[in-house]
Amino acid sequence: MESVPESAGSNGRNEKLSPGKLHAAQYIVAAILVALIGGLWRLQVLGADNYRVLAEANRIRKVPVLAPRGRLFDREGRLLVDNYPSVTCYLLREQLHDKSTELNADLTLIAQGLHLTVEQIQATLRRYQLAPKYQPIPLKQDITPDEQAFIEAHRNELPELETHDEQRRLYPRDGFAAHLIGYVGEVSEQMLNNNSRYAFYSPGDVVGQSGVEQTYDSLLRGKDGSRDVIVNSHGKEIGHLGQTLAVAGQDLKLTIDLDIQMAAEKALEGKIGAIVAMDPHTGEILALASRPTFDPNQFAVRLTRSYWNGILANPDHPLLNKAIQAQLAPGSTFKIIMSVAGLQEGVAQTMHIPCNHGATFYGHYFACDKNHGMVDINTAIPWSCDTFYYTLANRLGIDTIAKYATSLGISQKTGVDLPDEVSGTMPSTAWKLKAQHEKWYAGEVISVGIGQGATTVTPLQLARALGGIASGGVLRRPHVVFTDELPPDQVTAIHETFPGSGDSSIPLASENWQIITDAMAATTTSGTAAAVHLEGIDFAGKTGTAQVVNHSAGATSLGKGNERANAWFVGMAPRRNPDIVVAVLVEHGGWGGTASAPLGAHVIEAFVEKQRKRDNNLRIATTPQPTQSPPVKEIPKETAKAEPTVSSVSGTN
Amino acid sequence: MTRLSSYRDFDWVLLGFVALLSLISVFEIKSATLHTKFHGFDQKQIGFLAVGLVLMFLISLIDYHRLLDITPYAYGVSIVALIAVKLVGQKVLGARRWINLGGGVHFQPSEWVKLVLILAVARYFWNLAGRDPNNPSLTWPDIGKSFALVGIPMALVLIQPDLGTTLTYFPLLLIGLFLGGIRIKQAAIILLALVMVGGIAYKSGKRLKPYQQARINAFLNPDSDPKGSGYQIRQSLIAVGSGGIWGKGTNRGTQTQGDFLPIPYTDFIFAAFCEEHGFVGALGVLLLYFLILMRLIQNAQTASDIPGTFIIMGVVAIIVFQIAVNIGMVVGLMPVTGIPLPLMSYGGSSILFTFLALGIVMNIRMRRFVN
Repeated sequence: MESVPESAGSNGRNEKLSPGKLHAAQYIVAAILVALIGGLWRLQVLGADNYRVLAEANRIRKVPVLAPRGRLFDREGRLLVDNYPSVTCYLLREQLHDKSTELNADLTLIAQGLHLTVEQIQATLRRYQLAPKYQPIPLKQDITPDEQAFIEAHRNELPELETHDEQRRLYPRDGFAAHLIGYVGEVSEQMLNNNSRYAFYSPGDVVGQSGVEQTYDSLLRGKDGSRDVIVNSHGKEIGHLGQTLAVAGQDLKLTIDLDIQMAAEKALEGKIGAIVAMDPHTGEILALASRPTFDPNQFAVRLTRSYWNGILANPDHPLLNKAIQAQLAPGSTFKIIMSVAGLQEGVAQTMHIPCNHGATFYGHYFACDKNHGMVDINTAIPWSCDTFYYTLANRLGIDTIAKYATSLGISQKTGVDLPDEVSGTMPSTAWKLKAQHEKWYAGEVISVGIGQGATTVTPLQLARALGGIASGGVLRRPHVVFTDELPPDQVTAIHETFPGSGDSSIPLASENWQIITDAMAATTTSGTAAAVHLEGIDFAGKTGTAQVVNHSAGATSLGKGNERANAWFVGMAPRRNPDIVVAVLVEHGGWGGTASAPLGAHVIEAFVEKQRKRDNNLRIATTPQPTQSPPVKEIPKETAKAEPTVSSVSGTN
Repeated sequence: MTRLSSYRDFDWVLLGFVALLSLISVFEIKSATLHTKFHGFDQKQIGFLAVGLVLMFLISLIDYHRLLDITPYAYGVSIVALIAVKLVGQKVLGARRWINLGGGVHFQPSEWVKLVLILAVARYFWNLAGRDPNNPSLTWPDIGKSFALVGIPMALVLIQPDLGTTLTYFPLLLIGLFLGGIRIKQAAIILLALVMVGGIAYKSGKRLKPYQQARINAFLNPDSDPKGSGYQIRQSLIAVGSGGIWGKGTNRGTQTQGDFLPIPYTDFIFAAFCEEHGFVGALGVLLLYFLILMRLIQNAQTASDIPGTFIIMGVVAIIVFQIAVNIGMVVGLMPVTGIPLPLMSYGGSSILFTFLALGIVMNIRMRRFVN
């Protein structure tokens, strides 16, 4: 009815094809099947005996030749991470299929020789029950020489035991630089299926799971080789087909300095937080430490469940690299960025503000922790006067502040070549609309001026920003591996995998630069960090005390326990074009000047002393005359030292 | 009315043969994956079979003439889908064959296009045969258009790249030309042309991907590549041959269980079966296939009109082709391709295609008395 083709003359639906063609088709089908039967006959009837022999003889095994993983060195070529040869004892079940009852008798002997219990061995056997019979079962890893001797001595009685040499990672003890280095582990099924990075990896491959081990895994892993051997059904090698040589992984030189790293790790002992030290000229990271830490050696061998649970349950998150993953309010360290904004906009130079323990804006009272009297830009920084910065923030407005902050890398990743960096936040009118679907209220800018509010930063961002400001506005991409050691396509790949602020520069007029750097130098002589003044070193910095819980405006208490303020400090030496910038975060440490500044000073001291000891380096710190500033009137409550005036006198050189 | 009464005409005999074969396949898949990480594939296969059966019943409800009506649109959609796969498909091991629809659902257009193509070829040659049903003949323009009809989807699949599936479209063209009335002279000319083109392409070495080239080399001389595709052929021959006349027994094939036979649950499932059930078992399976194919051709003969015949023969052509290529590969008569064995290999796409195709056959058979 409906579907008669138009070209058909008659009623085409009832016509059929001539049956001859279909008969022909039947014969063709039959012929094909007969041909297939012929092929089967040839193999299964005529050639059966021949193939049976081949089947018995034919078992090809690929014996992997492991490539040694690249080692990690510090910038002076001192070894940080190495491989060590480890021997694993395997059980071959193929050897057993004739004597299954005897295995149980052997178990006692094996347990004795390998220092295991019979129950442990049986549990391992159960775990591998479903695996193909020819797959060797690992009984014990890292066997000792006497256990190896035991296996050798019992080759006749226990032919089912076999040893394999493997390479294992040897990391520094006690979690030294654990977050920076990272660790290796077996690639998971999830990673294989979901991440195109692992397209060419197979199950059982060991890959870097964090830190440098992860970022540079493709360079470090090298390429395993293999030997193809033919074994008969008894597992005996009766021939080999060929081999591919292993390609060793590339050794990598990290930018960190072992001495500075040790100083940083020692300083952080017993605290929760992070220290990152960087060379602002190049972006090379000299030290990176985070606490609490974990022991990556535990991950390299079979991880015990209790250790893993312990790590997961720890509320301070030992696996988190706080230098790049902690995003917290910066507190007063932000005032340096405010100062750049204020001076470049031409607003801050002329500001003379009376600080009377605080001020009122938009009907709310905002406190300053002291009565500083008359404050200008030169004193606002060393004294860390909140009132000054409340006022400055109010005059600049949030979007101007955000403009300068983002140009200095706040709220963006730095692009460091470590995984899982976070970007932090910089509030602005646009940000608030997008993130919270609300208008920005003018009064919210006040707290941003002192580094509170919605602003969050990471220690590395701060180090890069403030180091860059002190370097005349030139900011660098932080990195942990020297780029000139890497092949160029690798460098591009790294830059693409880790996008961020990278290398950039901001306009900074030279008189503004001088004002800020001199004021930061004053901080460590007569300001909030005066207690950590370093004799004979041109040491500049800024403290920060970031409240964790929003106390009502007017409260100056630090809070207790987990609500205690986070202590920040960023220090550098010398004050202009510094050779090192250190950012310190001590979570819930209280005052920045008390908790964090000493750690920063300790690291900088170590650095400068090392510099001076170097034979070719005859630099003498030149400290220009600081501008006159009135002495601090009151001592911060928690300083252990006595009179600040003593330090300010000895501070001026 | 028409629906209820025509279930008597449903081809229960055919369904019986198919069910028997599917059962054998489930057991063989189970054996082939027993100690591997693909444990449980036999249950998935049962799932695919169940869905396939449902689809088969469903599609047998629609009058196939309606399907023929919408075929031009379906053809257009298929071309779009194939283009879409090339543009937005997921890249797996260097080939784009799937579109990810989200939620873990993957869609492989090339299998569904086969169904549409069966209908399209049938419709095209039906129009031509309508001119003179008792003595069908083809002019050169006819032949050219038929090449384009099948050739365009073939080319789109070829660039995915997926040589194996591309080749399965080819028998549709062959059966269409054959039933459409191609003369021996015309066929000879085309054959000569293809051989020349094929020879040039092979010599220049540019058209074939390296692994495809390697497969042909390995087929011609298996020992030249004992670790690559030569390895696969060699293992298959050993597995099949060592099965002997009676086989080694269920779940006791040493090459299959010992993990020497590669991909034993899809491409080489027949080799696994031969190892375990011998020459006798293999004959049994081939007999089942023979019965199914003869039954299908019978349905083609009793179809009420030309398009019905064409459609069923199209299904026959594809199934015969896949059987010939797969089992041919297993016994060393053909090079290694990725073509699955219908109703035996594990795989959702293959099962669903086969059952849908069978559903259309049922469809045609049920309406053979309808005017």
